[in-house]
Amino acid sequence: MTGNSAFAVETEDLVKVFGKNRAVDGVDLRVPAGTVYGLLGPNGAGKTTAVKMLATLLRPDGGRARVFGHDVVAEADTVRGRVSLTGQYASVDEDLTGTENLVLLARLLGHGRPAARDRSAQLLDAFGLAEAADRQVKNYSGGMRRRIDIAASILNTPDLLFLDEPTTGLDPRSRNQVWDIVRAVVAQGTTVLLTTQYLDEADQLASRIAVIDHGKVIAEGTKGELKASVGSGSVHVRLRDAEQRPRAERVLAGALRAAVQLDPDPVALTATVNGHGTDLGASEQAARALAELARAGITVDNFALGQPSLDEVFLALTDRKGSAA
Amino acid sequence: MSIGTSGDTETAAVPATTATATGAELAEPRADELAALLVGQERPPRPGALSASFTFGWRAMLKIKHVPEQLFDVTAFPIMMVLMYTYLFGGALAGSVSAYIQFLLPGILVMSVVMITMYTGVSVNTDIEKGVFDRFRTLPIWRPAPMVGYLLGDVVRYLIASAVMLSVGLLIGYRPDGGIVGVLLGVALLLVFSFSFSWIWTMFGLLLRSEKSVMGVSMMVIFPLTFLSNVFVDPKTMPGWLQAFVNNSPVTHLATAVRELMAGNWPAADIAWSLGWSVVFVAVFGAVTMRLYNRK
Repeated sequence: MTGNSAFAVETEDLVKVFGKNRAVDGVDLRVPAGTVYGLLGPNGAGKTTAVKMLATLLRPDGGRARVFGHDVVAEADTVRGRVSLTGQYASVDEDLTGTENLVLLARLLGHGRPAARDRSAQLLDAFGLAEAADRQVKNYSGGMRRRIDIAASILNTPDLLFLDEPTTGLDPRSRNQVWDIVRAVVAQGTTVLLTTQYLDEADQLASRIAVIDHGKVIAEGTKGELKASVGSGSVHVRLRDAEQRPRAERVLAGALRAAVQLDPDPVALTATVNGHGTDLGASEQAARALAELARAGITVDNFALGQPSLDEVFLALTDRKGSAA
Repeated sequence: MSIGTSGDTETAAVPATTATATGAELAEPRADELAALLVGQERPPRPGALSASFTFGWRAMLKIKHVPEQLFDVTAFPIMMVLMYTYLFGGALAGSVSAYIQFLLPGILVMSVVMITMYTGVSVNTDIEKGVFDRFRTLPIWRPAPMVGYLLGDVVRYLIASAVMLSVGLLIGYRPDGGIVGVLLGVALLLVFSFSFSWIWTMFGLLLRSEKSVMGVSMMVIFPLTFLSNVFVDPKTMPGWLQAFVNNSPVTHLATAVRELMAGNWPAADIAWSLGWSVVFVAVFGAVTMRLYNRK
């Protein structure tokens, strides 16, 4: 294999313009091979457009993009040989059955008829779709469609798999199944470029994340780096008695010198631990704040100190409330 | 910076639970089995252009299998065409139905099949919007294969239409002097021409935005092209300017070639014209189609 590179994907100043809309507006990405890389952003941020350019479906209007060192325009055919795309909408033929879809694609990937049938049957079995193999895909549930779609993408184990919003519209159970499948695929060395609007999903699967909004990357790094860039953790406290909450709010605000949020749950509150005005670590600060609560006679049932959630990171970065929910 | 960690994900957005059945009756995916399928797998060599095209042709056959209603336009429609025009014009134009059918059948066959080709554009247009096309376009295969596959599938439809019309014709008195060989040669020429002509529709299918606009444009092209020909009557009675058009229309050349082949003659010039037009259609509209396909 020629053109191997430590990066599965490298883009420089990648641009795609639709009319007056700069859907992708100067994106620089470096996706290390063998990892799951998350492209996180709200609807219309330009995630899918970026993926389509990397998968050779759209021509960039500016900049360049390479997949394993191969230019996506000049060497499109080589790139196609190494990637698979699972689109936002199931990329299988809804009129055909599960088996027919997989056999069709296996044949197009060069498998002989018997090999195509064997591989399809094995994949359907591993994906828990053996019983639905002879049903038309249009009669599949949302979760089953995603599964057949991913199965179609790994008929030949790809070096790079694009997963464009793989769990949008799925119930939690199906979502977990898709995640398990993704983890199994990554464990075998395939690089995954995942786009998602769910912070939870990026947090669960990706090792590095680029936050993208209005066609631009607004933050990039490991999950830890991104969270640290917001510069705080938070302490979640659950009280025994809801009536004590206003008092607890004052105590915490005083001890931590930070804003305290009242959670929808009437006994819960969350306070930011930002380390301002003290050289104590976050955990010491939190411990001190809890001690103050005890001294004030407030009963704490349960508490937890966490890193900021990606939600908080995202909101801090985009300054657009509720855009991901 | 953490002692107990939790709350990391609990505030994160949960995807909308809009999916219908979860497939609860189905087995869970098995990660271990999946892992075994992914390792040490060798990639087979890429399929050749012909093999990929035929695989897409097989896809078209599978679609017919699952949605047999789509054969309506290659069965009922051609029967209607033969019966309608034979009995409508037969007495007036040729004195009798049996006399007219000898002239009309090859022509109406050409006209019907050429008309049926326009459905190609509609199916390309509806298909291209679906996710599966994105997958086809990311496959490392010969680029025109999906389009050629459509047309190969359509050739089967044209073959069915031809068989149906010839059977009806034979039932109501058509007796081709060219025998089986002449009829088969005529049908073969018709299929080659239709395959080539269909690239106009793949082009429109990719170019236009909706199924309706594809249909509208197709009608605008197909009606003048098929009616302004020598399918129904000899062009000698037409005004001079119309004769000029009709005598040079590809459909006229094709209709004449098919009619003569089925009558047992060898119309070399008209065969050459028909094949020449076929080459032009593929060269021009095939090229435009592929350009649109790659840029879509």
